[in-house]
Amino acid sequence: MLIAVTSGFVFALVIPLIMGRLKSKSTLWAALLPLSIFVFFLSILPEIQDNGHIRVSYQWVPSIGVNLDFYLDGLSMLFVLLISGIGTLVFIYTSAYLKGHHFLDRFYAYLSMFMASMLGLVLSDNIYTLFIFWELTSISSFFLIGFNNDSEASRKSALTALAITGIGGLFLLAAMVGLGHVTQLNQISAMSSLSEVIQGNNLYGWILLFLFLAAFTKSAQFPFHFWLPGAMKAPTPVSTYLHSATMVKAGIYLLARFTPVLGNHEWWNGPLIIVGAITMVYAAIHALFRLDLKGILAYSTISALGILVFLIGLGSSAALLAAAIFILVHALYKATLFLVTGIIDHETGTRDVSQLRGLNKVMLPVGIAALLAAISNAGIPPSFGFVGKDLIYAATLGMGDLAWPLTILAIITNVALLFAGFLAGIKPFFGKLPERFQNLHLPGPAMYAPPLLLGILCILFGLAPFLLEISLIHPVVAGLTGTDPDFHLQLWHGFNLILLLSVITIGSGTALYFILKPSENLLSKVNAFEGISPESIVRLISRGFAKFSSGWTRFFQNGYLRYYLITILGFISLMLAYRLFTGITLYVDTSTMTTVTFYEAVVLIIMAVAIFFTVFSKSRLVAVASMGVVGYSFCLIFLFYSAPDLAMTQFSIDTLTVILFVLVLYNLPKYLKLSDTRDRIRDGLLSLAFGTLISILTLEVMNETVSKETSQYYAENAYILGKGKNVVNVILVDFRGFDTMVEITVLAIAAIGVFGLLKLHLRSTEKE
Amino acid sequence: MKTIIFKTASAYLLPLLLLFSVFILLRGHYLPGGGFVGGLMAAIAFVIHSFANGIDKTKNIIKFHPGFLMPVGLLLALTAGSLPLAFGDTFMTGLWMKQSVPVIGSVGTALFFDTGVYLVVIGVTLTIIFTISEGL
Repeated sequence: MLIAVTSGFVFALVIPLIMGRLKSKSTLWAALLPLSIFVFFLSILPEIQDNGHIRVSYQWVPSIGVNLDFYLDGLSMLFVLLISGIGTLVFIYTSAYLKGHHFLDRFYAYLSMFMASMLGLVLSDNIYTLFIFWELTSISSFFLIGFNNDSEASRKSALTALAITGIGGLFLLAAMVGLGHVTQLNQISAMSSLSEVIQGNNLYGWILLFLFLAAFTKSAQFPFHFWLPGAMKAPTPVSTYLHSATMVKAGIYLLARFTPVLGNHEWWNGPLIIVGAITMVYAAIHALFRLDLKGILAYSTISALGILVFLIGLGSSAALLAAAIFILVHALYKATLFLVTGIIDHETGTRDVSQLRGLNKVMLPVGIAALLAAISNAGIPPSFGFVGKDLIYAATLGMGDLAWPLTILAIITNVALLFAGFLAGIKPFFGKLPERFQNLHLPGPAMYAPPLLLGILCILFGLAPFLLEISLIHPVVAGLTGTDPDFHLQLWHGFNLILLLSVITIGSGTALYFILKPSENLLSKVNAFEGISPESIVRLISRGFAKFSSGWTRFFQNGYLRYYLITILGFISLMLAYRLFTGITLYVDTSTMTTVTFYEAVVLIIMAVAIFFTVFSKSRLVAVASMGVVGYSFCLIFLFYSAPDLAMTQFSIDTLTVILFVLVLYNLPKYLKLSDTRDRIRDGLLSLAFGTLISILTLEVMNETVSKETSQYYAENAYILGKGKNVVNVILVDFRGFDTMVEITVLAIAAIGVFGLLKLHLRSTEKE
Repeated sequence: MKTIIFKTASAYLLPLLLLFSVFILLRGHYLPGGGFVGGLMAAIAFVIHSFANGIDKTKNIIKFHPGFLMPVGLLLALTAGSLPLAFGDTFMTGLWMKQSVPVIGSVGTALFFDTGVYLVVIGVTLTIIFTISEGL
């Protein structure tokens, strides 16, 4: 199983290297990877059916509890099959859709990276690896949305999507840390038995809030939905794969996964029902007025995600069953419609529904696929969508007091979704073929076979739901509800209320399709409300934030070394002064001090004179030279107190510092009086304060009892272990050799930095 | 600063100082000294030479850009550090030759590591000083 997950990452690394070399025109072979993963998981399906789950664990960072615990149960299986199955079709489709594209290898690399992260996400049982894979999907999605990186709109959408899902990722981490803290466990599967403990904990509310924010951002729930229509700037295979079938369902997966752990509590159900209901109705109505095929599909996807959140919020076993089925229904028909849209866009060059019609005459197989998907989307028998829609109504009707309001919301949504599906799946293909599309031709089978296959599955699963029932849906529902499932999927339930509701939905949806014709006019009316949409509010916030941060940066990073120093020194002085004057009594033990020797007195006098010259000299060179004198005097003091190593190093450093100063100063203009008296007094006061504080601090340190354990160890073992008598050097090259290694690396980087800054500057002036 | 006395002196000072810096480097394990100080001294030797004769002359003596000493030194230090891995020890374990070499004393990986430090320090110092004196 580890191989299945990681192969995608390996593939992503390798493919840019191979694909260029192969010179092969077709890249169909890339689809072998998802296909083999699909077949692998299909082969362990019977085992899931018998045992309920498989658990595999690999150690990664055991010291902090981060392990690759994979847990494959019905829910994971459903997602894994979707990811690898639709992945296979998307890989095939891409080989034709982006044929000959300059960066096709990169595209496959991103795509397989995404697939691997997604697999990891749905298989992770460890809360931390769950988070890691979650973030990886956001990152790979960023690359895929921004694939057309020469278009500004595309880059912007990628950034928006990354920002929104990235923030969600942070919330997920917070939720996971909270959960880990409450349960003291890292494995999600082990948490469900602690459900009551978690719900009784004070942190329960916070965990829920963070988890919801993570799921809502990822699954494009209101008010975070706006990144999804923007993400449609991505090439169509990406929209198909990420933004309809898999990634946006990650939030749904998260909610479903935690249903046994956190669910069945009013704090869980209430917000999910409300947010899900708002999203599904809001987005469904939005979908009515779009002209761009992908826009229609994007909004109807958001709406479908809203339905899923809504169903999980209902939380009854009927609702969870409906959710499980609807995940599959939606993935099948929406992927089909997206793929079809891609073909239309690829062949005709437009995605405007008001211009497209009659395409059946030139691309019949594509039209058939679209029709099948639209039927399933509309929930017309005998499609799989019909089964799904019935279950949704059954779930809402079973909600007691709230049954009717919830059912009506579900009907409104379904009517609008049906309309959207007809618009995308039927309208472009029927009617009279316009003049300019006459000489279009059918694309290759690599493009139309995937949607056709998916379209056929939409109907096949409707006709024969038993194909999935025992093998896949039972384990899913068993995992979600924790009980043995006792339902039976079927197409025909006889004449009852649900059938009536279905008929109403289909009827009014079809009527709406014939009445409402989308046009520019309507779209512009809807766009008038843009000003109060969440998208523009978020944009306003981000603009304000950018302004604030640039002001903040300009205030602190003002480019004047003196202000930086003032800030740093002033801050440290204040902190130290506060601590010193509130808690520490000054005490200097004069009895242990030795008398001042003649040499020391001389050195001190030299230092004092040199400092005087440094401060009051009118020439830079004199000031620098006096600073050097101060430094040399320090070396002498080091020597007096038997630290020859330190003295030697300090001596060389001081020499080089003076040389550097002279080199720089030599090129500066004459010593101008740049600072007035007030500045000088300010600087002087600050230096005095800082110096005094450091002196006090040093005296305080002398009073502290120091543990000599470390230095004693070094002194004793320098010769035994390091074979050297110079303890300082043995520490540098042996005991703490690793530090030294890093330090010299830092030195080298600093030198390269200086070199780069000055030389590059030279080059640009040379050019002028 | 291009006086004849200084110029003449620098011609003798350069090899002397360099030898001294190597001496400091080698004795570092037993007496005050080591790669860092040695490297600084070697750098100072070159800087004195460049003061007396101009940077171009000094560069001619070195033949290659001092910046190349940085990767060489880093590589040497890294090799010295990872050599114990080949013998099954952990990273940075000191390895020592059984018999001591005349003049230098006992030779071990620590010495090579220190030589790496020495080279990096020369490279860094000279790169910075040469760049600044040329660049401004």
